[in-house]
Order: sequence, then structure tokens, then C-alpha cells
Amino acid sequence: MLHKSNNDAQSTLLQVKNISKKFGDFYANDTLNLSIETGKVHALLGENGAGKSTLVKMMYGALQPTSGSIHWQGQHVSIDSPAHARNLGIGMVFQHFSLFEALTVAENISLALPAQLRQGDLSQRIADLSQDYGLPLNPAALVADLSVGERQRIEIVRCLLQQPKLLIMDEPTAVLTPQEAQALFSTLRRLVEEGCAVLYISHRLEEVKQICHDATILRHGKLVAEVDPQVETAATLAQLMVGASVHQVSRDANDQVGDVLLELSHLYKGSSTPFGVDLVDVNLQVKSGEILAIAGVAGNGQGELFSVISGEECNPNQNFISLLGQISDGLNINQRRCLGAAFVPEERMGHSAVEHLSLTDNILLSRHACIDTESSLDLGWLGIDRNQLAHLNKVIGIDYDVRKSKEDAIAGSLSGGNLQKFVVGRELNRQPKVLVINQPTWGVDAGAAALIRQAVVDLSRQGSAILIISQDLDEIFELADTIAVMSRGQLSPTYAAGDLSREQIGLMMAGSHERSAQGSGA
Amino acid sequence: MSPYEAILLTIITASTPLLLAAIGELVVERSGVLNLGIEGMMVMGAVCGFAAAHVTGSAWLGVIAATFAGIATSLLFGLLTQTLMTNQVATGLAITLLGLGLSGLIGSGFVGLPGVKLANVSIPWLSDLPYVGRLVFGQDPLVYISIALTVGVAYVLNHTRVGLIIRAVGQNHASAHALGYRVIAVRYACIAFGGATSGLAGAYLSLVYTPQWIENMTAGRGWIALALVVFSTWLPARLAAGAYLFGGVWILGLYAQGMGVGIPSQLLSSLPYVATILALVIISTNRRLSLINTPASLGQGFVPDR
Repeated sequence: MLHKSNNDAQSTLLQVKNISKKFGDFYANDTLNLSIETGKVHALLGENGAGKSTLVKMMYGALQPTSGSIHWQGQHVSIDSPAHARNLGIGMVFQHFSLFEALTVAENISLALPAQLRQGDLSQRIADLSQDYGLPLNPAALVADLSVGERQRIEIVRCLLQQPKLLIMDEPTAVLTPQEAQALFSTLRRLVEEGCAVLYISHRLEEVKQICHDATILRHGKLVAEVDPQVETAATLAQLMVGASVHQVSRDANDQVGDVLLELSHLYKGSSTPFGVDLVDVNLQVKSGEILAIAGVAGNGQGELFSVISGEECNPNQNFISLLGQISDGLNINQRRCLGAAFVPEERMGHSAVEHLSLTDNILLSRHACIDTESSLDLGWLGIDRNQLAHLNKVIGIDYDVRKSKEDAIAGSLSGGNLQKFVVGRELNRQPKVLVINQPTWGVDAGAAALIRQAVVDLSRQGSAILIISQDLDEIFELADTIAVMSRGQLSPTYAAGDLSREQIGLMMAGSHERSAQGSGA
Repeated sequence: MSPYEAILLTIITASTPLLLAAIGELVVERSGVLNLGIEGMMVMGAVCGFAAAHVTGSAWLGVIAATFAGIATSLLFGLLTQTLMTNQVATGLAITLLGLGLSGLIGSGFVGLPGVKLANVSIPWLSDLPYVGRLVFGQDPLVYISIALTVGVAYVLNHTRVGLIIRAVGQNHASAHALGYRVIAVRYACIAFGGATSGLAGAYLSLVYTPQWIENMTAGRGWIALALVVFSTWLPARLAAGAYLFGGVWILGLYAQGMGVGIPSQLLSSLPYVATILALVIISTNRRLSLINTPASLGQGFVPDR
């Protein structure tokens, strides 16, 4: 810290000194120091819950520090609101965009701009600036019609219109295809050349190595290291973030591939919600002992596909879906479970698990309908055998390392990673023959993610067919035997994992395999 | 006056209270609040307007009193739902019941007393034109106010920053809050506006329509206004058209009955609701329609996270 501020005090834009933030008795940030320099991309690294968001919210005025100070261009400032931060020249692109779907691009931007920047022809300035930076946007377009990447452009253009000196980006590539991410990086490089500073929050270490000049690493609210990301390797960065070396998922070659256990053939399904995606001619096969991963940017029909395969939406009189050799379109989710399938949806809270119910009650919810011989859970017709549920809860807790405040805790009291381990454990404990799992490790820390991935691999090697839906290419390459890509409700053909590069997957995410896209493009 | 003129005049008279109450509720719902208490606010406006006019002898003071009675009742709704975070549906119903009861209490001494009628506008020469004179230039002032309010609301919602903020708050209150807009304050203001127009609608009943106080004299018009807002898909122009359509159907039905055409009155009074259900079905089958105008956070309370 010291040598830096001595060398180039001129270029220090924002400095955070001994800042702490307490929520109750819990220190989300504990005496952190950080300095950001003009013309550099500064990475802020850490696992979920490490305190990155808390720190950034204090810089952006959305939270007030419990103690410590913030210095902007050498002056002590107390940033009391996001508007104040914007006036200073701090812009922020949030991970979850604060956009209004039913309003146009220009209206959205106008809402977020201070009065003096709204004068004149805002639409024209939006169009000009977005062209200039290679972020094409139509100011009159309705946000609801735009892709996630385009929505992010709105946020970036909105920030750029205010000519920020510091741009904070919270996990900006989490929702982008690799190609979109590269385009974002060139915009960032140009901004930095123009003298802007960027604070880049991420847990994708390769990216950080690619574009960042400095890196600050947080763990459990404390600063653990300030490093030069160009010198470090992804492995050493990961080690600093986690505090221990991360367990590598071990995966044998799948030489035990057997019969097709899950098959979709020419599946069509119109969306049942206003903003949903229609599924068009989806074909896939998953064999015993095989893991098929479906890659794709969120919101391209993965949720719809999951609900059709799981039976949350059943379609009697169709025969698109075959589970363990039986046409299953008309079966509801419990009937499909009884065939030997298990499902883990994307949303932990409210979909996989009920927040206010205890863990044993949550076990009951997904397992009450079928008498499982494997786990000898026999709930019977009358009454619920609490002892049996408690035993099962204990087994899942031990097998999947679920950390909880008490044995039969309320689901809502578990942290995200632990709840996900519980939910996955609840389903895997049945030894399902077919497992469909949507975003298995979304928002889960590295340790829990490794445990879940290993459990999924082990299940497949015992002869189950597994379908993973994921946005995380690292995860897909770590787990998948075969890969298919989803975009706008269409699924690409399935490829062996070794035959695909990240770039090819990126192109398919952007729709290169779509039939209608090829037709209209010609 | 020709019979057609008379029919048109009564249609306007029947439609204006619906339009007044509904245009306010449209703004309230655009800001994301569902106030089911229109009936209660209207009837409070009716009784306070009548009482003030009867005591002072001035119909205009009655109109002003009615407006403030509507605002006061709506602010009670605002206090409960926006500050104390009660359920909006339950609170709205409670406001309706409270208004009906309280107005009965306030009005118990005014039953059967003569009222003061708000005078019609009279413009020399213009108001005496054949056919259109009475219709266009000789209405009571509240008719013109209701039309001006409708045009004003349409303009403000679509062409001004205030309107943009109201729509943003109704679309996504969390985002609006994150951008620094005061969600609760905006909603309070919209609720008060809705209360004011509902009060005016009540004044119309007790100072123009039938210048006297009768208990429960709103007779379900608040519910029709509520249905109208949904029927209009939250668009002011469509709302005005719907108000005159509902008013027209009602009056034509009365005339038809008078002439001995056998339409059961129950069927007529259910018509606005049937039309609203049809409108809902049409809205829900059309993605864009439901997307653009439906306030996405309608009826959800907003609790800031700190």
C-alpha cells in the first residue's frame, strides 16, 4: 500500500482506508484498504460472501461504512447516496441490471441520468456514443425485446454518458457469450486508455489475468492479498481466494456407457408465460454412465426445457420425452420421480426448497410420493415417519457436508452453498437413474461447487444418465462427456466434449446453429 | 330538446362519475398500487360534498370539500399500505366498508334535506346552438374537468418526466429505488390524486346527478370504475371510451326497459364486469399489450432494504 501511494500519488483516484462494515455482529468488511489508480483495471476477487459487493456498495454510496474512510482524488469524502457517487464521477454496472422492461432504452437511460445530462436529444447521443464504443443500441427499442448482452450495453452506455472517472463492473461477463465478453474487454481497454479507471469484480480468473493490472483479493471480509495478476497463475489466485487448494474433480473415462435413459425427440413446446421462450425441435439423448451438458446464455429456453423434462409442465397426448424407455410426456413430476428420475431446479430458494420449512419437511416434499427401495424411505399412507426423515436428513448432512446451525434447521437459515449441497444431496441420495440438474453450482463457493460436481460425476460413473444445464463453461468442461448448446429455444446437435473449443461453443451460444437464423440471414 | 339529445345528456351524466373515479385509479395503478377503496372514497366525497354545500350554500365549496374528503380517505389507505405495509387488497376492501359506514354516520342528519346543484355552464349564444349547444357547451363544470383530467393524465404519463417516473415505479419499484427515486413518496402522491378524483366523482353524484344525500348512493360505481381501469389496459384514451361505453349501455338499457323491451336489469348491471373479464382474456393472450401497459409491480408493497 505505502510504496504505491508514494510512487504515484498523482494517479491515485480512489482510496479506501481501514474501512469496515458490520451487519449486526458480523463483519462483512473488516478494515479493508484499497487504492484504485487512473488508467488501470483493478480486479476485486473473492468467493461469494467474501465481502466484494459490500465494499463496492460503500464506494457507490448504496451502503454507509461502519468505520474507516474513502478518499476521492486525495480528498476525504463521505458518499451518502448513489447520486452523490455519480456526481463525483463513479459509475456502476450492476450484475442484476436495474432496468425497466416495459420502457424503451432511451427512457431507461433518462431515468438514471442527472438533470443536466438529460438536455437535448438524448436518443441521438445514446446512438452516437454506443456506435462510437462498439456497443450498438437502438434507443427506441423496448428493453423486454433485448438480449442480456444488449441490456448490459444499456447500463454501460448509461454510465459512459456521465463520463465517469471510475467505472465499477460487478461480474459483467457472467451473462455474456465468450465473444460478447471479448467485445466488452476491448471497450474496457479503450476506456482505460482514455484515462478512466475500472474496478472489475469477478471470480473468473482467466479474465482477470487477461485484462486487469492490479488485483485485490478478499476472503471472509478481510483483505488477504494484493497481487499482480499478470504474475500469478489462475491456480495461485484461486488458492488465495479460497484459502486452501481447491479440490480437483476426478473423472474416469466413461467406458461404461450403456442404454439411452433419457431421450427427447423433435420436442416442440410453446411458452406458457408472456416472456418465455418457445422450444423448437429439441433432440437429445443421454445414455447410462454419461453426462450431457447443455451450455447457453441464461434465458434461452433452459428453464422451459427443464420444466418440460421434469414434468412441472406435462403434455398429455404428446410423445416427445422418453424416460427410461417409457413415453413420459403425460406423467407429472412425481410419476417421473417414481420411474427413477430426479430433478434439481435452478432456484434453490422457493423452487428446490421451501424457505420456511425445516430440512426434514423439505426432504418430504420431493420424496413423499415414491417408496424408494434404495434409501429404504417408506412413508406409508398414514402418518409420516419422522424418525426416518430425521435419519435421512442426518445421512444427507454427513454425505454432502451440509453445514447448519442445528440438525433439523429451517431451510432459509442455510447459506446458499449449503442449501444447494442439501438439495443436491436430497436427490442424489435416492441414486436416481436419470438426473436433470439446472445450474448445479450457480452462486456457490468453490469448495461446495467441487463437492457437488464430484457427487454428480460419481453418480454417472455408477451408471446413471445425467443432464446438466449450465452457463459456466469451466463447469461444463470439467463435467461433461458430451455437450450441446441452447440458443433461442433451439438445441444444437450433441458433440463429444473433446471435440469442441470454447470459441465454437461461444458461436453456438450466439445462435450459429439455429435453423431459422440461417434461413433469415441468407 | 330532442329525445336523442336527452339520451346523450343522460349518458354523459352517467359516465362522468365513472370517468372521474377511474382516471385517478389509473394513475394509482400505474404507480403500482391497487386501491380497491374507490367506492369508499367516492361515498365519503359524496357525503362531505353534500354536507358542505348544504351548510354553506355553495356548490363549489361542496366540490372542494368532497375532493379533500377523498384525499383524506385515500391517505388513510396510503398510511396503511405504504407506511405500515398492510396488504393492499384487504386494506382497500376495508376502506370501502369504512367509507360506506362512516358516510352513513356523517350523512344521517342530511337525509332528505334539499341539496345544492352545481350549475351548468352557460356560454352566451354557444350554449344555445341547436343540437350541439347543450351537449358541448352547456354541461356542468365537472364534465369538462373530467375530460381535462383525462387529457392531462394521458399527456403527463406519456410525455413528461413525472409520468416516466410514475411508470418506472409501477414497473419495477426495486430498480426505481436503486436509481434513487422515492418510491413511497411517488405512490403517496398518486394515491392522493386517486383520492381527489374519487372525491370529485362522489361530489358529482351528490351535487349534480341527484343533488341530495342518500345512503350508499355510489351504488357500486366505484367497482365499475375499478373494472374500467383494467378494461382500458391502463390507457387513458381507452379509459374514457370505456367510461362512455359503460355509461351508454347503462342508460340505453334503462330507456329500453322504459319502452318495454325485456332486458333483465341484473344482466345490464353485470355488463361492465363481463366486458372487463373479456378485456382481461384479450390482454392475457396478447403478450405485448400485457407487457407495455400492465404495471408489473401492481399490488406489491415496497419495503426498502435499509
